[in-house]
Amino acid sequence: MIARRLAASFVAAALVAGCGAEWNDPYPAADRGKNILYSSFVDRPKTLDPARSYTADEWSFIQQVYEPPLQYHYLKRPYELIPQAAAEMPRPRLLDAEGRELAPDAPASEVAFSEYEIRIRPGILYQPHPALATDAAGKPLYLALPEDEIRRKYTLADFPHTGTRELVAEDYVYQIKRLAHPRVNAPIFGHMSGYIVGLKALAARLQAENERLMEAHAARYGKADPGAPWIDLREYPLAGVEVVDRYTYRVRIRGLYPQFVYWLATPFFAPMPVEADRFYSQRGMNDGRNLTLDWWPIGTGPYMLTENNPNARMALDRNPNFRGEPYPSEGEPADRAAGLLADAGKRAPFVDRVVYTREKEGIPYWNKFLQGYYDQSGISSDNFDHAVRVDLEGEASLTPEMAARGIQLRTSVGTSTFYLAFNFLDPVVGGPSERARKLRQAVSIAVDWEEFISIFQNGRGIPGMGPIPPGIFGHREGEAGINPVVYDWVDGAPRRKPIEAAKKLLAEAGYPDGRDAATGQPLVLHLDTVQRGPGDKPRLDWYRRQFQKLAIELELRTSDWNRFQEKVRSGNTQLFFLGWNADYPDPENFLFLLNGPQSRAKTGGENAANYRNPEYDRLFERMKNIANGPERQALIDEMLRIARADAPWAWGFHPKDYGLAHAWLKNVKPNQMARNGLKFYRIDTIEREQRRAEWNRPTLWPIALAAALLVAAVAPAVVAYRRRERAAARTA
Amino acid sequence: MLAYIVRRCLYAVPILIGVNLITFALFFVVNTPEDMARMQLGAKRVTPDAIEKWKAERGYDRPLLWNGARAGAARLTDTIFFEKSVRLFAFDFGNADDGRSIGHEIRTRMWPSLALAIPSFLVGLAVYVSCALVLAFFRATYLDFWGVVLCVAMMSVSALFYIIGGQFLVSKLWGLVPISGYQPGPDAVKFLVLPVLIALVAGFGAEVRLFRTFFLEEMGKDYVRTARAKGLAETAVLFGHVLKNGAIPILTGVVAAIPKLFLGSLVAESFFGIPGLGSYTIDAIQAQDFAVVRSMVFLGSVLTILGYLLADLSYTLVDPRVRFE
Repeated sequence: MIARRLAASFVAAALVAGCGAEWNDPYPAADRGKNILYSSFVDRPKTLDPARSYTADEWSFIQQVYEPPLQYHYLKRPYELIPQAAAEMPRPRLLDAEGRELAPDAPASEVAFSEYEIRIRPGILYQPHPALATDAAGKPLYLALPEDEIRRKYTLADFPHTGTRELVAEDYVYQIKRLAHPRVNAPIFGHMSGYIVGLKALAARLQAENERLMEAHAARYGKADPGAPWIDLREYPLAGVEVVDRYTYRVRIRGLYPQFVYWLATPFFAPMPVEADRFYSQRGMNDGRNLTLDWWPIGTGPYMLTENNPNARMALDRNPNFRGEPYPSEGEPADRAAGLLADAGKRAPFVDRVVYTREKEGIPYWNKFLQGYYDQSGISSDNFDHAVRVDLEGEASLTPEMAARGIQLRTSVGTSTFYLAFNFLDPVVGGPSERARKLRQAVSIAVDWEEFISIFQNGRGIPGMGPIPPGIFGHREGEAGINPVVYDWVDGAPRRKPIEAAKKLLAEAGYPDGRDAATGQPLVLHLDTVQRGPGDKPRLDWYRRQFQKLAIELELRTSDWNRFQEKVRSGNTQLFFLGWNADYPDPENFLFLLNGPQSRAKTGGENAANYRNPEYDRLFERMKNIANGPERQALIDEMLRIARADAPWAWGFHPKDYGLAHAWLKNVKPNQMARNGLKFYRIDTIEREQRRAEWNRPTLWPIALAAALLVAAVAPAVVAYRRRERAAARTA
Repeated sequence: MLAYIVRRCLYAVPILIGVNLITFALFFVVNTPEDMARMQLGAKRVTPDAIEKWKAERGYDRPLLWNGARAGAARLTDTIFFEKSVRLFAFDFGNADDGRSIGHEIRTRMWPSLALAIPSFLVGLAVYVSCALVLAFFRATYLDFWGVVLCVAMMSVSALFYIIGGQFLVSKLWGLVPISGYQPGPDAVKFLVLPVLIALVAGFGAEVRLFRTFFLEEMGKDYVRTARAKGLAETAVLFGHVLKNGAIPILTGVVAAIPKLFLGSLVAESFFGIPGLGSYTIDAIQAQDFAVVRSMVFLGSVLTILGYLLADLSYTLVDPRVRFE
């Protein structure tokens, strides 16, 4: 009886909870069959403010909301910039120191300024938002709220009215000024202040004004008050950025900086309506309510954030004011066969709502994907063999189980690089001396990245021949692209030089058989690395084995991430691993990692190896300012030749990204440079419902079995209890 | 009793200061304010100026414990420790290092934690006590023997195994409940069935064995023999005498654990995607968010002290011999 009751209660609870057909459906029954995309996230976004956010995870949200002037073409590769909110691609106007216009091919030495005039399309509207709400007379409703009214608001939904307005050039200018705002602390301010005329001066003025205002604020409300008075950035002119007319603005850059257009495709240069800044700056908005730009973005893009519970779930809904964007009608040759052009010309977005659920653990995430409750998934190392098999030629394909489910595999080479750096400031492995150079070359040959990729990356990577990954201008395929220091070209493919070649180089460096020829002492090198747990042991052992090939003793100096970074910053390292993920698809964004003036230890730059070669640096200055073409390719070839010979890095590998998508999710093409492709996704909801029902039929016999076991366990006890109670007392 | 409570509350003050000081010291032995700034600002293009600004905005630009540049009491008060600690005693947790309100997070997240912890606690207590009583009743029989064997076997298995195995069997293979996730309101039931069941199974071995020992100890005492000699039924002996007296040591652990139910479960919340305070603490440790770590440790200390106070007070209810004098 008890068992039956338990089983009945369980079933009733499940039904009451609205499980419907699939008992394990984690979504509300009311959402079944709706045009909703289901995705996940791991880490809580730290900020959704476009001036502060600088991680791919955060951009996955905000690039659906904010529209910078430019974007990357969804299908074309190599990556190509196209207008987004802009009416057309901006062309730089080159000026000399006196402001006279120069020819587009003027030498860099003559160019004092580059001017970008950006014209945006008229008629673009913001999402509905309370900051833009007005009364019948056009007066803002929520920009001067009394504090007691703000205390009653907890989300944007608590504001009954919303409004919209047209996007104007002033909004873009306002956002650029925000990069200099002392309270925003934009990560690219340091970089951009070197280029955008007047940005540094604006920051100094704003800093002074902020200090004055905060002092007065603290005197009135106390130092602990989380509020801060609003600074109307319109009152602070920025010398290098001006509004030309309602739909046009102009940005003046110091010298030549052709890569500036790539920044115009990032959220840092998205528009920010002044009303939003003012709305969120009202005292009390951030007092336990999180009513800030960090939580509630406001944009003109295809989606708007309507639910923000970063502990569990975030949701984007279709922006009703979005103008619609035609699906691209051109792409790579294979795109048509892959069905990626089936929706060409149709107005996007196709999906009504996107729900992101927080999944911190890999096992539930993977199983929910297999159950059909996530529409797409990455592949972790743990699940790789379950999902993918790699043939002898290195071609990846789905396992029969995945293929039978109709899952699609999408692969792409990341615009990133992972390398082993030799600290150029180190007396043993660093510096331009022949001895150190040959030692670095020997180690570069000995460290077998093909093996590393096979063991630790499940084959997901391409050995690096230099810093530039495939798909970026400057990367060469075939024999012309190999690193001749480490590889030979044999039978139409690169082959790592034999270890004897490395030993020979090592002997020439003065370390025959891994011993210093002068002292007879064994050569000991130190590798700084981050150890996260016992799982890292195989990797660390592998590092040791690579150096043992040359009889070099490798001493591992493990530390946490903070100490590791500190050592790299101070140049207190010898060897270390590091990676770089591109900001934009330009060779400059990789080659600058070896530019001497960017030395991490000396200037805090991104050249973590502190490599310095005057010739490389001279070529870099030329290369970075010219357009892609034969001249630039020749410069890059020469720079790579120098860097490969100097070997400041063992070039490591370029990771490959593997992604899975269910058959019902259409138009999925990986894009390493942008996360705004959601608007082009389409879902066949009928197929999804059918598959989910097929894959998730509840199995009821375990409940019956559990009940039977309970009865079987309890019944003898009850019988024994009754027997004992009825038994006569025993004599001693 | 009031004097006793007041005295215990006063004892709590130095304990809380000590806990806060230890947390502070441990945290800043491993991290520096600069590490925290870098963690929040990201790894790319971070300038020293941006780090200084971040530190200044959040009050991490002061010395840790002693400000030699100031005079008088300001040497102690114008420090990170004082500034960050003193408001805790008013339960003003301030903002996390990412700028978000900690109080708001705690208020939001405690409900999912309680939704998981209370059923696990109550159902668990009922099941463990019942099973322990059954084993005690059938002491020295095959049921007792195999029951203890089962308990030892169950307590030897890691909780993580129960979680992963439970998710695989119940959700993936049998499709009976969602594998993870959470929704507030009545929909929460389907998400909580599995974690509650697993919590029950994971704690079964250790708790039943412990409670059985308490009950067996009581059953060997004279008053139980006397009760039996009076001719009382075994159920009356068990529930009327043994359970009451055996409950005293159980109460010690149980009542002390009640306030800590707020703090949630670190592992279960992560695996089942329940947005409670346990996962909040784990996130904060991973993000090196001192403001949150400090607040959660402080809250944990307060609740632990409260729990032990409640446990002591509850003795008077179940054992009339105990007096607070």
